Amino acid sequence: MFKAIGKQIHIIWSQIVTLWMVFLHLFTKADTVEYPDVKPYMFPRWRGRIILTRDPDGEERCVACNLCAVACPVDCIALQKTEDENGRWYPEFFRINFSRCIMCGFCEEACPTHAIQLTPDFEMAEYVRQDMVWEKEHMLIQGTGKYHDYNFYNVAGKAIGGKGKGEAQNELPPTDRRSLMP
Amino acid sequence: MFSFEVGSLLNIGLVLVVGLVVSIMMIWVERRFLGFFSDRLGPNRVGPFGIFQVIADALKMLTKEDWIPPFSDKFTFVIAPMILPIVMLLSLGVIPFAPGIGVMDLNIGLLWVFAMAGLASYSTMLGGLASNNKFSLLGALRGAGQMISYEVFMGISILGIVILSDSFSLREIVQAQTDGWFIIPQFFGFIVFMVAGMAESHRWPFDLPEGEAEIISGYNTEYSGMKFGLFMIGEYIGMVVLSTLIPVLFFGGWLAPFGLEFGNEIISGLFWMGAKTSFFLIFFVLVRAALVRPRYDQLMSYGWLVMLPLSLVNLLITGAVVLYQAG
Repeated sequence: MFKAIGKQIHIIWSQIVTLWMVFLHLFTKADTVEYPDVKPYMFPRWRGRIILTRDPDGEERCVACNLCAVACPVDCIALQKTEDENGRWYPEFFRINFSRCIMCGFCEEACPTHAIQLTPDFEMAEYVRQDMVWEKEHMLIQGTGKYHDYNFYNVAGKAIGGKGKGEAQNELPPTDRRSLMP
Repeated sequence: MFSFEVGSLLNIGLVLVVGLVVSIMMIWVERRFLGFFSDRLGPNRVGPFGIFQVIADALKMLTKEDWIPPFSDKFTFVIAPMILPIVMLLSLGVIPFAPGIGVMDLNIGLLWVFAMAGLASYSTMLGGLASNNKFSLLGALRGAGQMISYEVFMGISILGIVILSDSFSLREIVQAQTDGWFIIPQFFGFIVFMVAGMAESHRWPFDLPEGEAEIISGYNTEYSGMKFGLFMIGEYIGMVVLSTLIPVLFFGGWLAPFGLEFGNEIISGLFWMGAKTSFFLIFFVLVRAALVRPRYDQLMSYGWLVMLPLSLVNLLITGAVVLYQAG
């Protein structure tokens, strides 16, 4: 009898403690971040909207090597290589289907020229599904993105107009193999 | 006709409009406070502080498809959600808000409230029965069992007040508390009445008829659009009725505490009645935020094994003391 009453009193006491502790939460600050009014800090390496960058001279960095398209696990990148009169390779079209893209960043890691980069922008909602497919002119920016000094053709051995063989940085002039007599 | 006396047209309009507006705004107030209690902000985007959230909700409900299941009992299905708000508004009619403010002054006001609360359980029962759905039927059965069993000692718990005030009229009960509120001599009656009242209006934590974790949404599973809205509004009017009834019965109604009256007695009465009602409205939101729903057998055993003996002992002791004092 008394044990049962004691148990009931304990139950009621525990409910009262619960009520009081929840009531105290009225005076704590809300954890809510009011998103459209308060933007969260986005870290520079955050993997969001994909851009194509230019080298410091203002030329397109992308050499249309297709490594990003190969690395892409969801096959959302499509591009076609073409060449300009100087012998520089560049993509004729470069198309990313952002309704497929999972923002994994593998394309950025695969890219040998730092052309394709991911940015901390995530607000990419669209009303029309077709608007999720981005072409090169939508993604190509004027700047260099995260790597300011890198210029692929200046360090690569490929000869293009205005830069012959052996003129790149840290590159020796080509050796005449036939002159290497013992 | 337009004067402050019980039952005048002005009074009826005032009570109806204010009662309905307060009930509907409680939807927003409840969501806002639930947010605060769980360290969130709650709906705050529609209008200043989000007060137009209710209008947005109502527009959503009114524009939804008003679907009547082809397998249901159509007449009962339509009539069931209407019962709840109607009887709850009827019981709001006998509440004395201030001297001269109120719709009806019945000498059996207390019994009227209980009769209406008893009718309200038909809404749950018929709604669940007419839906012709297993989960609705389970919810309706739960609702019927819960409301009928909690009504028993809800009635017994306030008999102590009837003994003390010697009246069933809510106005006379308030007048009888001029010397001291009934919360002090009738503390256990208050506890039982509040718990039973929450179970009666099946508010959290006694929302077993709806128990969305186990029986989808209980008796209103098949309801959509404004028919569901009527169930919801009825529940909120019931909450307002309960929150006005508790101050009237136990906390002196419109009487000011510690002699803090001001102005004329109508304004002062309305202020204190509103303050006490708001306190209990917020308290019920706090209860919803804090307490968990009991199992159905726990609910029943708690009612019959704890609440019923408590209310009976309370009644017995109150009667004995009154008889002893009478000599």
